[in-house]
Amino acid sequence: MNATSGSDGPAHGHPHEHKRKHDHEHEHSELGEMDLRVRALESLLSEKGYLEPAALDALIDTYQTRIGPRNGARVVARAWVDAGYREWLMRDATAAIASLGYSGRQGEYMVALENTAVQHNLVVCTLCSCYPWPVLGLPPGWYKSAPYRSRAVADPRGVLADFGVTLPESTGIRVWDSTAEVRYLVIPQRPAGTEALDETQLSELVTRDSMIGTGLAQTPSGR
Amino acid sequence: MSYVTHADLGGQIGHGRIVAKPEDGPFHAAWEARAMALTLAMGATDMWNIDMSRAARETLSDYKKLDYWRIWLAALERLLIARGLADAGEIALGKMRRPPAPVKRVLHAEDVDAVLARGAPTLRPPQAPARFAVGDRVRIRSDRPDHHTRLPGYARGRLATIERTYGAHVFADAHALGLGEQPQWLYCVALDAQVEREGVSVSFDAWEPYLAPA
Repeated sequence: MNATSGSDGPAHGHPHEHKRKHDHEHEHSELGEMDLRVRALESLLSEKGYLEPAALDALIDTYQTRIGPRNGARVVARAWVDAGYREWLMRDATAAIASLGYSGRQGEYMVALENTAVQHNLVVCTLCSCYPWPVLGLPPGWYKSAPYRSRAVADPRGVLADFGVTLPESTGIRVWDSTAEVRYLVIPQRPAGTEALDETQLSELVTRDSMIGTGLAQTPSGR
Repeated sequence: MSYVTHADLGGQIGHGRIVAKPEDGPFHAAWEARAMALTLAMGATDMWNIDMSRAARETLSDYKKLDYWRIWLAALERLLIARGLADAGEIALGKMRRPPAPVKRVLHAEDVDAVLARGAPTLRPPQAPARFAVGDRVRIRSDRPDHHTRLPGYARGRLATIERTYGAHVFADAHALGLGEQPQWLYCVALDAQVEREGVSVSFDAWEPYLAPA
């Protein structure tokens, strides 16, 4: 998380346990304050006629309940079972993904990146938090944090180690920094021993992190 | 130099380990969801563009101390004030003291799905032929512009190869300055691997003005 308290000097000079505890208390004391601040802003903007509170409810409902990593998991599972779809996805991800109903804001231009034994792909946005919303939803806290954004391009193997992922030395790593409006979706390798699973069962093995590149697809026995 | 971004984090050291806490959904508090929705709804008024939003966020002086949604909220307040849609006193009070300024559009609940589905496409007809083709060698510009840019610091001055061509897109640098879309060719460029990082390569998406022939 990039929530640092700021009043107590450089974050990296602190033992992590202490810092986390401090952040936690800090957040607690400010929760009420943030609620009030946001409520006041909404009330002002609504009074001015710039927005409609019901539109805010609709936006929140969309990203809280309707758009999330299950969408991307469906794309991956389809690519695993359907060679024609996979070929389309690699050639024109925007169209192939839209054919399953996922398109629009922060996913206008999609590129699929296939993990293989030779190359593992890892996606980051070092400059902000660009992320393929239609297929993965809103990004998790760590994706937006300074540790991930700073280290992904400098030490991706170390980053993967933080996630408990160790790749064979022979597997190269490509880091994709999303600096423009193209959004990247990693297609993890299909786990061994999944020949008998259908598309829905396969999609349940596809984790959010495996589609960012900080994780692998789960194995059936690992569930 | 008057433009200072605090968001160009790629390659920096000292930010510590990644803490990937289990998260139950994208928000940790109700106000975060509201801040997200306020930002999107006000973005839909078309009184600024996404590149201006990014510029407003990355230049917040306390950027590195704020968490994500506080950054969004602070940048939203900044843009509201800059466009004359609200003043600081009104924001502090949560009450209107001056008449509203006209906005171009208001997002209605029934249009949310359509607006999100449409997104904000940035692909435009090219203004000139592409200067580079896949496989071309390029040198990344090394100067630091005095405005918003999407050229990350770690890439400056390095050698790279054009790997993909994405067509001409709205040029973030110009768009953030309010200078119009000025579409430029966009490429995926793979930086030459650094010897000390065997087996690791990094690519980023670069508009043509970021690149020179190598």
